[in-house]
Amino acid sequence: MCLAVPGKVVAIDDSADPLTGLVDFGGVQKQACLEYVPDVRVGEYVIVHVGFALQRLDEESALASLQLFEELGLLEEEFGDAWEQAAKEAGTT
Amino acid sequence: MKYLDEFNDPDLARRLLDEIRATATRPWALMEVCGGQTHSIIRHGIDQLLPEQVELIHGPGCPVCVTPLEVIDKALEIASRPEVIFCSFGDMLRVPGTGRDLFRVKGEGGDVRVVYSPLDALELARRHPDREVVFFAIGFETTAPANAMAVHQARRLGLGNFSLLVSHVRVPPAVEAIMTAPQCRVQGFLAAGHVCSVMGTAEYPELTERFKVPMVVTGFEPLDILEGIRRAVRQLERGEHKVENAYPRAVREEGNPAAVRMIEEVFEVTDRNWRGIGRIPASGWRLSDAFRAYDAEHRFDVTGIRTEEPAECRSGEVLQGLIRPTECAAFGTTCTPRTPLGATMVSSEGACAAYYLYRRMNAPTPQAGRAAREEMNPVA
Ligand code: SF4
Repeated sequence: MCLAVPGKVVAIDDSADPLTGLVDFGGVQKQACLEYVPDVRVGEYVIVHVGFALQRLDEESALASLQLFEELGLLEEEFGDAWEQAAKEAGTT
Repeated sequence: MKYLDEFNDPDLARRLLDEIRATATRPWALMEVCGGQTHSIIRHGIDQLLPEQVELIHGPGCPVCVTPLEVIDKALEIASRPEVIFCSFGDMLRVPGTGRDLFRVKGEGGDVRVVYSPLDALELARRHPDREVVFFAIGFETTAPANAMAVHQARRLGLGNFSLLVSHVRVPPAVEAIMTAPQCRVQGFLAAGHVCSVMGTAEYPELTERFKVPMVVTGFEPLDILEGIRRAVRQLERGEHKVENAYPRAVREEGNPAAVRMIEEVFEVTDRNWRGIGRIPASGWRLSDAFRAYDAEHRFDVTGIRTEEPAECRSGEVLQGLIRPTECAAFGTTCTPRTPLGATMVSSEGACAAYYLYRRMNAPTPQAGRAAREEMNPVA
């Protein structure tokens, strides 16, 4: 649960409160709370922990991290079965 | 150097290692604070790639590992109640309390659910107005903004059936406790990058001054860790002790002010017990008076539960960097990720589990590592 993963903001829902957006983590897309990075724009990268964007990142370093995470199987670990299972159990899918 | 090819840039890794080797003229002991860094260090064999003079001591920075036994027992008590939906990060399910864990409570009919984000728990509270939804709010400064937002939203939405069992911990008082312990060998710190993404670095100059230790804000990828070590060793060799940011892509000096404001609105500083270490003054957060109504400990009247920790587990010494996991007699014999005696064996960020997964099983490839991790996945 300590992992914070970089992802690209692909959509922002301005009407959501708290501010919410769709973030792409190397192909896996998840909703994340953007309230702590309120001026982020679509196309920018953020670092996400337990569903919250905590900081913005530059594209180059975000992509490098994502590639490494994918090679190491960390994305699957973070967003794989446990997530599906979690979402299913929580009834929020 | 069998692990080097796993780095995303093996050449840069080699250069960093060469520089560390060239810089270190005498023995230095560094502590990495965060469990995510411990995991990465053991997984990539960074401690084995380093020159002999540079020793890494694994710190207490895994929130799952330091959550005290009595809080786990409170969680088990609350999760057993028929009216409760108990929500937790997956890592907590198999942390042993007294005699059982949350996974077992679920097996016995308790409604225990794994969530990815505290907002998922909030959503459950909205959908099940007839149930009490309790979220197990553990974590360091990195997780606090998320948990603070959940309870802030609960109040705004008038969700009276939502509450938090809070066991939040803070890094700076833990650093102070480590440095003032009589057996302390730590000479420099790799500070946890994502904690600083939230809090910034304002709390650290006081610590570097007082204890004359360098603190280098460090990321989690193998190259980040090597760079953090390189800078810490360079400071030590020069006789310096300052705060340095080796992870500027995710850390600004001021941190994330909006997140800090939310933490300060919802939480207040309190003393906290750390599993295996004991009470550390001002080392945690609890809900502030304005949000006390959302405190599950009061709502379910479990404040009286007190538990002593078992003697055979040496995780306290592991968490303070006094022994390595492999020096514990139970390691890999009576204590494994399947049958953990202590919390440091449960979470993959705990030092004991990291050693078990990547050292004992010698599984440097992602595939083998994944197979080993499946052993730890409680929901699969
Ligand atoms: S190996 Fe097990 S018993 Fe020994 S310190 Fe680690 S968690 Fe405790």
